[in-house]
Amino acid sequence: MAKNNIGPNRLVVGAHYGLKDWLAQRVTAIVMVLYTGILLVSFLTGDNFSYEGWAGLFAQQWFKLFSAVTLLGLFYHAWVGMRDIWMDYVKSVALRLTLQVATLLWLIACAVWTVQILWSV
Amino acid sequence: MSEAVRETPKKERPQFRNIHVMDLALSYRWPLGSVVSILHRASGVVLFLLSPVVLYLLQLSLRSEVSFSYFQGIASHWFVKLVLLALIWGYMQHFCAGVRHLFMDVHMGIEKHSARASAIAVLAVSLALTALSGLKLFGVF
Repeated sequence: MAKNNIGPNRLVVGAHYGLKDWLAQRVTAIVMVLYTGILLVSFLTGDNFSYEGWAGLFAQQWFKLFSAVTLLGLFYHAWVGMRDIWMDYVKSVALRLTLQVATLLWLIACAVWTVQILWSV
Repeated sequence: MSEAVRETPKKERPQFRNIHVMDLALSYRWPLGSVVSILHRASGVVLFLLSPVVLYLLQLSLRSEVSFSYFQGIASHWFVKLVLLALIWGYMQHFCAGVRHLFMDVHMGIEKHSARASAIAVLAVSLALTALSGLKLFGVF
């Protein structure tokens, strides 16, 4: 029988997404640390929160892009984390695949909504 | 063969397999690192599930002046503030534990005593940041 990795002897490890996802989770985490720092400091030091000030911050192109990159990164980060959790606890392949697909659809919807919100200001 | 290199009979070692969740709750000791670890997971799931709520609030706060004041109306209710504070605690816990992870990834603080110390720091700093946000949220400063 030809050793083509198909069939019962199929090689099921080494898809090489492990390191990539691990790294992506860390990189997005660092972006979120910076973004959280900015928002937290402006929340704790600000007073008299007004629509002009808040929307004015989000109206600037650099902050729009920073917000978009951070939130889209957050959804990727959440995908890696949720996938880890499904892999750890859900043993049925059919149920796990269903949950993973549902997670992806959920996160893609959140990502599109995020872009819509950010570019409505 | 000398006495020193002769194989010693293997001691019977306990094996732990198929740990049931009730074992975790009742009969296992919880080092602080494991408390931080499971809180990291739990807070991650909560934040994942509540992300549409946060997006909805962000949308209200940004869409228009009218929706902004509607958002302010919702957010000024004491119970909503408590829910937001719980969400902030979840975020801060995940945030601080994540920063601890990043340091451990570059092999900083992975010894037993420093890992325990950083676990305490994560719990303390996240609670402190939550308290600070809570004081701001309830208008103390």
